[in-house]
Order: sequence, then C-alpha cells, then structure tokens
Amino acid sequence: MNSILENYKTISESEVTTWFKAAPVSKFPENGGACVKIDDKQIAVFNFTVEGKWYASQNVCPHKMEMVLSRGMIGEDCGTPKIACPLHKKTFSLETGENLNGEDYTIAVYPVKIEDGFVYIGIN
Amino acid sequence: MKTILVIGNGMVGYKFCEKLMAKTEKGAYKVVVFGEEPRPAYDRVHLSEYFADQDAERLSMAPRSWYEANDIELITNERVTDIHRDNKTITTISDKEYVYDYLILATGSSAFVPPIPGVEKKGVFVYRTIEDLDATMAYVAKIKAEGSPKKAAILGGGLLGLEAGKALLDMGLETSVVEFAPRLMPRQLDGDASKVLQRKLEDLGIDILLNKGTQNIEGDEAITGMKFSEDETLPVDMLLVSAGIRPRDELAKTCGLEVGTRGGIVVTNDMKTSDACIFAIGECALLNHMIYGLVAPGYDMAGVAVDQILGNTEAAMPTSIDMSTKLKLSGIDVASFGDALNENKESESIVYENKFQGIYKKINVSKDGKKLLGGILVGDASDYNMLHQIFLNGMKIPENPEDLILGSRGGEDASFGSVLDLPDAAVVCSCEAVTKGDICCKVEEGFTTLKGVAAETKATTGCGGCKPMVNDLITETLKAQGITVKETVCEHFEYSRQELYDIVKLKGIKTYAELLSTHGKGKLGCETCKPVAASLFASIYNDTANVHNVIQDSNDKFLANIQRNGTYSVVPRVAGGEITPDQLIQIGEIAKKYDLYTKITGGQRIDLFGAQLHELPLIWKELIDYGFESGHAYGKSLRTVKSCVGSTWCRYGMDESVSFAIEMENRYKGIRSPHKFKGGVSGCIRECAEARCKDFGIIAVDGGWNLYVAGNGGANPRHAELLAEKIDNETVLKYTDRFLMYYIKTAGPLIRTAAWLDKIEGGIAHVKDVVINDSLGICEGLERDMAGLINSYRCEWKEAIENIDENNNRFAHFVNSEAEDSNIEFVSLRDQKMPKLWS
Repeated sequence: MNSILENYKTISESEVTTWFKAAPVSKFPENGGACVKIDDKQIAVFNFTVEGKWYASQNVCPHKMEMVLSRGMIGEDCGTPKIACPLHKKTFSLETGENLNGEDYTIAVYPVKIEDGFVYIGIN
Repeated sequence: MKTILVIGNGMVGYKFCEKLMAKTEKGAYKVVVFGEEPRPAYDRVHLSEYFADQDAERLSMAPRSWYEANDIELITNERVTDIHRDNKTITTISDKEYVYDYLILATGSSAFVPPIPGVEKKGVFVYRTIEDLDATMAYVAKIKAEGSPKKAAILGGGLLGLEAGKALLDMGLETSVVEFAPRLMPRQLDGDASKVLQRKLEDLGIDILLNKGTQNIEGDEAITGMKFSEDETLPVDMLLVSAGIRPRDELAKTCGLEVGTRGGIVVTNDMKTSDACIFAIGECALLNHMIYGLVAPGYDMAGVAVDQILGNTEAAMPTSIDMSTKLKLSGIDVASFGDALNENKESESIVYENKFQGIYKKINVSKDGKKLLGGILVGDASDYNMLHQIFLNGMKIPENPEDLILGSRGGEDASFGSVLDLPDAAVVCSCEAVTKGDICCKVEEGFTTLKGVAAETKATTGCGGCKPMVNDLITETLKAQGITVKETVCEHFEYSRQELYDIVKLKGIKTYAELLSTHGKGKLGCETCKPVAASLFASIYNDTANVHNVIQDSNDKFLANIQRNGTYSVVPRVAGGEITPDQLIQIGEIAKKYDLYTKITGGQRIDLFGAQLHELPLIWKELIDYGFESGHAYGKSLRTVKSCVGSTWCRYGMDESVSFAIEMENRYKGIRSPHKFKGGVSGCIRECAEARCKDFGIIAVDGGWNLYVAGNGGANPRHAELLAEKIDNETVLKYTDRFLMYYIKTAGPLIRTAAWLDKIEGGIAHVKDVVINDSLGICEGLERDMAGLINSYRCEWKEAIENIDENNNRFAHFVNSEAEDSNIEFVSLRDQKMPKLWS
C-alpha cells in the first residue's frame, strides 16, 4: 500500500518543470478543497479565499491511505494553514506537509498558481 | 527475611500492601495475603455501581498482576481458620500452615442480620460482596420473569441501604426502605435533614417507612411480607438487609486476643492488638471503643501499621478521627461533617432550609462564634469541601457565620475566600491523605490536569469526593501563576459554546466569516470552531448543512457517513422503526442497483454502505422519489426514536408506543444540537425499546407516560433519570421540547446529554426545576425556539439535490474529470461486499 506514497513527493516552486492546468477557479469551493486528477495521481487543492491563497497536497491521507484529504476541513494552527483529514482528524501543515498532531506522518505539498481564471498545479 | 501475613484482602488489606510496597524495596519482606472471597480486593464503597454494569473489573483495586509484580503471594478463596500465637503460625481451611513474624488482621466486617424470625427465608439477601449482589440480581430476574409488578424492601435506612434502594428501583422493582430509627441516616443526619432527604427520595419513587421494627418475615418458603405489628404488614417479594456491620473478630477471639464486649479486636493507637506482633486494621479493629466503618480511617490505620513494622514506633492514629461523609444518593447531595448532631452540646446551630428546592444546610458554630464544629448539607453540598476544610483546619470563620451557608450578601467577596487560603498541610483527599501542598506543588511542576495530578498524587482515586476541590486548586494555582483557564472553544474563540450561542443569537450573526471577524482571532479558524459555528447556525436559524457547507464536519459536508475506505453510507429515515413491505422492496431495489452492503442498525432502520461520493445524489434522488427523507445519521442531531410495538400488537402494552415514537421522531427530525441525540418509547415497564439508555426516553405506565432524560449507551452507559411521571402525551412533548432546547443552548461542543447533566450544577433536580417549575423563567422562550425549529424543518437531501450546481458539484470526486476514484477496492463478504482491509 505504501507504494501509493512513493508517487507523491513535495515539490518547491523552483523544482517545477510543468504547470498542470487543472480547472477554472469557479469549480473550486470557496474556503474549501477539491480534488484534481493528474494522470493516475490525485492532488487536493485548497482555496483559502479569505486570504486569497491556494495550496495543494497529495489527496491520500498517509494514516490509512484513503483518497480523502480534499474533503477535509481547512483552517489554521497558530498561523500555519492546515488541512484536517475527514477520517480521523489528523492535521497537516499545507506549507510544509508536516503533521501537526506530533505524529510521524507527512504529506507532499505542491505549488499552485492562478492565471487567467485557471488553477495550475506545479509538478515535475 | 521477615514474613508478613495479611489476613483479609479487602480495601484496607490491599491498602496495607500498597503502602508497604511504596515504603520498602521489593523483596524486603516476604508478604502473603489471604482473601476469603474469590477475587482480589475491590472497591466496596462503589459497590452499588455493580448493579448497573456488573463490571467487577472496574471495581478492582489492583489486578492479580500487581501482586505478582510486587512479589506478593495472593491466595484467594482460602479462609484462615486458626492462629497459633505460641509458635507464630496460622492454618487455613485446606490445612496449610504458614509462619509469620508479623500478622495483619484486616478481616473487615460482615453484614449484620438482625435475628428476626424468618430471616432465613428465600428472597432475603445481604449487601456486602459482589457475590451477594450477583445472588440478589439473579433473584430479581427470577421474580420479574413471573410478570406481575414486584416489590422489594431494604432493611436499614443508612447510607448503604439508600444506595441499594435506588439500585433496586432502577431494576424496575417497587422499592421501600424500612428504618427502625425515626430518621434516615441516623448517624449522619438530624430529623429535619432526614425529612428533606426523605421527600427527595420519595420524589424518585422510593417509599420510606420510619419507626418500623420488623417482628417477623412472612411467607412459606420465600418471603412474602414483613410484619411490623399485629395489624401492619408490608407485602414484599424480596428483602435486602443493610442494617449495619459486625466486625469479623472470630479468629482473634479463638486465639485469645482481646476483643470488645460488642465485638471488634481491641487495638491501641499504634494499631497493635494485645499481641505486639499482631496488628488489626480497618473495620475489624476496635479503637477508642469504636469501629470506624469508613474507608479513610481504615487507610490511615494501614499506614500506621506499615510504619510501625518498619520501625517508626511514633506512628499512631490521631486522637480525633474525622468521620465526615459526603455522597450523592441518586443525584441528591448528602454530607455531614464534624459534630453534625451537636452531640457534645458545645455549639449553636445556624439552619437554612428551602422546601421549594429541597435544600437543607446546618452549621454548628462554637459558642464564641469563632470556630466551625460541624454541619449537615442535603440537596446542595457544593460547599462541603470548603466547609469541611475550615472545620478540619480550625480556620477563622466570617464575622457573620451564616455567610458560610448563605453566601456573603452585599459584598463582592466569597464568604470563604479562595481554596488557596487553605494551609498547605490541609488534607484534601482523605482517602489517600493528599494535602493541598502536595497538589499545588504538582500543578506548579506542570501537571495541570485533574488526570495528571491524580496520577502523580493519587488524590481523587479513592471515593472521588475531593474532585471538585482538586479541580479548584488546579484552576486557582494556575490563575495565581497568571494562566487563565476557561472552557473556550479553541484558539480562535475565547468563548464557550454557550457564550457563542448567545452572541450569534443576540447579534443576529449569520455566517462563520462574520462570527470570526467580529468575535474571533485570526482569519481562518479550524476544524474545531467551524463545526461549532455550523451547529449554532443550525440550532438558531435551522440552517441546514447545505447552507454553510465548507464549515461542516466531515459527515455533514456530504450529508452521509464517511466509512473506512472513503466511501459513504446512506440511511433514510424510518420513523419509529415502522416500515411497509413496499418501502423495504424500494430500499432493496436501490441497494441492489448500486451494489450496496445493507445492514439493520441499532436504531431500527436500514443502513446502505459502500456508496461512492458521486453516487450519493443519484441514490438519494431515487430514495426521495419513493418518498423517503434524510435520516440525519450523519449529523449531530436527532437520530432515531426507537420503539417497541406497544399496545397496538403487544398483549402487555399499556399505550401506543409506535405512534408516539413516530410523532416524536417527526417532531425533532433535522434539529441540530451539541451532539447527536436519540429517543426511545416503550409501551410498558418491560422496556423493550431500551428508552432509558436514550437522551430522552418515555415509558408507558398506569396513568400516563414516565419521561426519562439524559441516558446514554456507548462508552459510558448510563440510565436516563426520571424527569416526570404519569404525564399525558401533550405534557411529554412540552417537557421534552424544553429539556432539549435547554440542552441545545447550554451544552459544550460534542457533549451528550448524559455528560451535560453530570456537569450541570444541581444535576437532575436543577433540570427538573427549570423544565417543570420554570425556575429560570425561560420555558416560554425554550418552547418558542423549539417551535421555530420544528416548523422550519425541511429535508436537506431534497434541498441538496434540487440545488446541485453542475459547475461546482461537491459530490464529484474530481473537479477536472468524470472518472471515479480508482483507489477504492472492495472484497466480498457473506454474499455482500466490504472495503479491502487496511494494511
């Protein structure tokens, strides 16, 4: 099962080789998340409308390997933007991917950019 | 290596071992413990809880492995029959011989059974051991199976008797308490306090008979009644004797140790018997011509014996031994401390009695008005710990001593200052002899929770009566360090849920963004405060989960319960569990079409598992077309109102439980609350709908319905408490409306009604007062708010389907593809499917 995780590695903006054109901004809920299919990968994209910021991460929760993070709830933990998994409320930083409950799990995070009303996810 | 033999493995015998282990290296002594009962020592103080859950494990003081880990040999089910003092040996019933250097007699006591003719008849039980309780329960089950209503009596209106009375009442027996003295708890209460308690117990349904000497136990083989005089007999089907204790001193007697004329092994204040190598501790010991039938002095005695054996010859019991008691009898506070009955005639009394609320408070103050010497509290003992400490530590009392029970009137200050004013040496937990200093020290070291302090100091682990004071000490110590403690929702709101409820309602706040920007911190919030806000908008405006979608908890967000593999389950409402064959076929057709795993739920409906996110609207469209509605199985809201078939079909039914359950389920469906809530309606006292483990439960009885509230199944099962009895349908609805709305307004996030009731000051008596007597003057508002919710119900699944935005569809797995989630895998299970196991 852990082989799923090998498909997802954090990419910094400087490592981006391709910006994947995901969908129009209007298809993403405000202050919520949605899932983007990139070939056989699933990337969760989060729209922090209040701050005008966007984040992306793997959709699979590393705790039980289910494709659910995009359905979780976004928020902040002492200033860090985070996502809470809908299954067991594990929370992850959307800036670094680290687990905020003090556990070992981490998630891969990806750069996002908005151009001409479209959401792009940085991959390589 | 010296050998210590401990005869008796009760609470005090165990405590001796624990204290010895704490003060010596492992293996310093050879320790052998003999227990006559089959199981290791258990908590007899909380024995009545065994009636409710039959969980002997929970009462256990320590498992066998504890004895093993400490190299203590524990021999249970083995009675010691003789002590041979000349060669320092003992023999047991199976003729085994053991040699001792020190012998500890912790033989405890046995239940005293008065020599009433006929007391040996079937159906007469004592109340002392788990085996006694097992036998009692087996008999109750047997007589109840006969069908007709059964009557039980308790002989003895002391503290144990009253606890047992409530337990028998809870088992569905008509229960009377028979007391020889003119008042209840004669050792703790005066006549007026007893009257207040009696009224409260009678309100619960326990019959109280005072001044009754039982002349004869009637019946052929089994008990049929108790005869008090020629023309007065109480018909009963069983009797539980709780008429005091007798020290177990027979071993001491036969080996020639000094015993009291009325029993008890004579000891001096170093706990030595007339043989310096033999100690007696606990309820078998006669100290100062007294048997101390409380656990705290017994534990102290165990400590003294340990110290003496270890060579501290100064160790001794104090000259005056505190016999103060506080307990909750079926939710009724009862406490008595110091010279409660003014037996020494050294004090003047100040008495406060409130017959409306059933509160009685009395303090005995020294004649010079400077010292508190004792007191009694019934109905409200919230000040007990502080009063008890003022008494124990001889602390200064206010100029007007009445302030101690009436509160200071006019001034800002509390009448007895802060808990921090106590001297450091004040014993807060008397069971474990933990002082205020010990507790505050641990808080300062960083143990800032009740659990942490309990683990470090053992405080609160005995009877638990000191919990409120330990809590206060933690809060006050933290406050003194500049740390404020408040039950706030999370880091984003410095308000409790109840405060937020009022803010949202008064200021008319309609969205989470508005609430956060006007009353919160930061811009984003979190997964704790968002669902709280969603719940408030639902409880105040009846906004469905569709309205504030992104702040809803996992399940509310998609109006379905997320399951192990990220698929969802679908539960249509089946009010009262009543379903037609056509509806069954319709559900079956849909389940087949979408290949769903089906199971009957505990709430009498049908759960369809394994639906993928994008299938949810399709499935619900079909269900709604057939006339089904959302079952709100995913919401912190009404789940189901379970029912038995009632008088419609059942030959025992007293009323139409199904009809009423359907009415109630439809009345409260869709209403969101701090946590989920469930109801039950039973058509008779047999209680097939298990209504008493629901948040609200009603049972048909002769003359109407009995309404119970705040029951719970789940992790902490608890029977619902009686709110009102013999009321008609309309009154049931009125009280339930008020009760639920009061809960919705005041409970913390994710607090079920049972936990809410536990925390609420005054408990069920307070809730009764609010809901029935309108003591807060809010009932009109509660009813209006509830009516608003009931009248604005709409099926949120219907609403969701009507408003699906194809451009922004929350039920699509991908925003950029019609594909399904290829990660989901099912395997087969008994002709259905289930998620592939987690690795």
